[in-house]
Parts: sequence; C-alpha cells; structure tokens
Amino acid sequence: MLRLPKFTLHRPTSAADAVRIAAGHGPEASYVAGGTDLYPNMKRRVQRPTHVVSLSRCADLRSRAGVAGAEVTLGAMTTLTAIERDPWLQEHYPAFVHAASVISTPLLRNMGTIGGNLLLDTRCNYYDQNYEWRESISFCMKCDGSTCWVAPSSPRCWAVQSSDTVPLLCAIGAHVTLLGPDGERRIPLTDLYRDDGIAYTTKRPGELLTHLHLPALNGWRASYRKLRRRGSFDFPVLGVGACLHFDGDVVTRAEVRIGGAGSHAIPAVKTAAMLVGQRLRRDDAASGELIRAAAQEAYKPTRAMDNTDLDAAWRKKMAPVFVSRAIQDCL
Amino acid sequence: MTSSKVLGTFVVNGEPHEVAYAPHKTLLEVLREDLGLTGTKHGCELGECGACTVLLDGTPVVSCLVLAQEVEGRAIRTIEGLADGPDLHPLQDLFAELGASQCGYCSAGFMLAASELLERNPDPTRDEIRAAVAGNICRCTGYIKIFEAIELAAARLRGEQGQPTREMLYGS
Repeated sequence: MLRLPKFTLHRPTSAADAVRIAAGHGPEASYVAGGTDLYPNMKRRVQRPTHVVSLSRCADLRSRAGVAGAEVTLGAMTTLTAIERDPWLQEHYPAFVHAASVISTPLLRNMGTIGGNLLLDTRCNYYDQNYEWRESISFCMKCDGSTCWVAPSSPRCWAVQSSDTVPLLCAIGAHVTLLGPDGERRIPLTDLYRDDGIAYTTKRPGELLTHLHLPALNGWRASYRKLRRRGSFDFPVLGVGACLHFDGDVVTRAEVRIGGAGSHAIPAVKTAAMLVGQRLRRDDAASGELIRAAAQEAYKPTRAMDNTDLDAAWRKKMAPVFVSRAIQDCL
Repeated sequence: MTSSKVLGTFVVNGEPHEVAYAPHKTLLEVLREDLGLTGTKHGCELGECGACTVLLDGTPVVSCLVLAQEVEGRAIRTIEGLADGPDLHPLQDLFAELGASQCGYCSAGFMLAASELLERNPDPTRDEIRAAVAGNICRCTGYIKIFEAIELAAARLRGEQGQPTREMLYGS
C-alpha cells in the first residue's frame, strides 16, 4: 500500500496566513491546493514535507475578476473544472479553456487547480515511481540519487515540463502574482520557469502563487494542441501553445511554446520570427507553405528525450506537425 | 509532528460518524479502515484509476488523494449510499442486468461518477457519458456495456422504460 508519510496539516483562511505559516517551517513546508500532484509525490516519497499548508480554506484565492477587453485575474485555487465550465471564459478565452479541459480526467479536474497546474512538478519515467522502484536503480538525480538515467553523462536533470496550460499561457503572455515573506511581486509567467528538471521554477522560498492574470483581448488568437497516447487521460508528451497578434491579416507578433519536450515550455523562436510581418490567411496556399516552413524550425529546439510515454524520435518529428496545426488554428 | 489519532465527524451518506483516525490518512483509508465502508475500492492509490471515486458535496473525486482532515463535516456519498433504502439505484439495476459489472472492482467508482453526470445532465449523449467516466478504468468489460447501462439508467430516471435490447443482453 502507498500511504502518505506522517505530517502536520495547517489550514489557514487567507493567503497571508498561509505564507506566514509556511515561512515558520522553511523548507520543511509545502503548500497544497488540489493535492493531485503533491499527494502522489508524497506517497512515492519524492516530496517529503513535514508541514503541509492547505489552501482549501483561503477564500481570497478563489475569485475571478475582470471584464472583456481588460485583464482578467483568476485566483490560484480556481479548479480546472470551474475553468472548463465557465461560460464567460469559454467565450473569451477558448484556447485556455481547451487547454484546461484536456488535463487529466474529470475526477482530477474537480480537485486540481490552476495554481497547482502552473506549478506541476516536472515528470520523468525514472522519477515518478515508488520508493522501492527508485531504490532498485540507486535513485536518480532529481531525488535521492546522483545520476540522470535518461542521459547518464548529463550534469543536469531532464525531467519534463508536463502542464497543459503552461505552453498556452506562456504563449499568450499571461502574468502571475506571487506572495512571499518579503511581499508581493508580479512577473510574466515565462519568467516563472527555468530550463532545469529539478529547479524548474524561479519561485523563491516560501512564495505562494496567488493569482493568474490573463492578458486583455485585443485581437490576438491562440491555440493549444496536445499529443498523448489516450484521448481520455494522459500527460502531454508534446503540447504546443501558439498565439498570433494581427493587424488585419498581417502577423504583428507571434509566440510559440513547445511543452512536454524539455524541462520548460521551449520557445520556438525561429518559427515565430518567420511569421512576423507576413500575411496569413485561412485556406490560402501561400500561407500554408509559409506556416509549414516556419513550423519545421520547431524541430531543432524540441528536446524530446526517452523519459516519457511514446518514442522520443517520433515525438520530436511530431513537433513541426503540431506547431503547424496550432498556428493554423489561429487564422 | 503528531502521530496520535484525532477525533472527527464525517457525514457519510447522510449519517454523521464520529471517528478517531490517524491525521495523515486519506478519505479512502478512513472510509475503509475506520468506518468499515469497503464498497469504495482501493486501486492505484495515485488518482489514476478511479476505483475509489466518491461524491464530495455532490462532486466526484478520487478519495485516495483527498486528505480526510480536509473533509470533516462535508457531505460524502459512497456506493453504500446510492440505493434508496431497499430500492437499488437504476444504475445498480442496469449494471447487474447488462453485465456491466464483471469483476466488479471498478463498478462503484463508475456508478458514482455516472450518478453525478445524470444529476447534471438527464439525457447525455454517448460522448458525454464517455467524457464523464474518462477517469474510471475498467479492465473487464470493454466499456460498451457500461455506456449502455448508463444510457438505460438515464432513461429510467427520466421515467422511460429503459429496457435492454436483445442485442445488448445476448449480442448480435
């Protein structure tokens, strides 16, 4: 049986109290939102906080504020089901709602939150295993060991960014607010992440992600395309977020992020650069050609490794295909 | 860190139960080990299989990832509370009639997830049913009989006859 280790639970009623309690326990403390990532990790003994600070009673983390045409702010404790079923978000932020709706299963979306999904632990076939399994390979670099079994000569960990919302939200330019012992700060979501399987965020000790800010709607269009084995339930083994800004049918800004294929949502810089300034139209042969050529540039930066489901070389080959489809969706 | 038990009240199937339990236990563990309600099944323990599905304030969740301390006092419904006294829920009747339950390990989770769907959507399409039970895994049936059972249960809950066809029972 996989049981949780012993720990002390704290149930504060505000974000400020949660931060204060966590600060009192330093690295021994962990926040928990829906519990769908932390508790499995605790059962596998890859995360071992002795103090767990639950955010379930923090009413100030469940709000939605903002109107169409202005920035929209979501509390970090908004469940993924609440996002999926919100008619207003469905109308105004359909790509975001789609990305949230393809996460995991309905049962886990009823529990899991947007804050938790943004901070989802990186995943790896050698890490997401129980203690005895990991012990049998002398553990891995991400937890209890020193070798990265995906790339044994590697000085770094290659665990994979596996959140569905992150590539999309990075592409559209979302921001987040973090509350810590030293006060509050607001950063672009892209600055929250680092290209490292272990230290995959820039969150400072004790900081709590309190809010997600979706950018105002001003003519940009976005899409998220997910590759997984089962249509019903799986982490992305490739997840492409794309966002295009237009002046008429001329692309003024483009951002493409490749998830599930590296330790962060990788920016497809060349792809985006090839699109800016170009005239793109739906069902237009020249536009199709240009998009295919630009999408091909996403092959190289995609770092698919043999540490998730499905064949790594095939996942890498699929990157231009999914990038192309995501861009087409934006037309 | 505390290792002794704590005292709490869980409202399961409408009845309050006061119980002493270890504070790091999940709802699944308290239901099965401290309340003796073993209808909720113990599968992967990681939220992947749905065998431990229960309704929490009417919403289906996997009880293996719910901390018991978090749900004291909240309305918990388990498979033991799906029937109305001696009358089985139409889902239970239909799972039995169609053979939608074979080894039976997944059935409680499926029926609870489906019961919430039917509360929310009395006339779901096959695709809506498939989406609603996407978090519940069955290794025996191949799912078709489960979908058919949910469809016929929906019909019976709407006051229609909901009788299985000959094909559903005996194949074509």
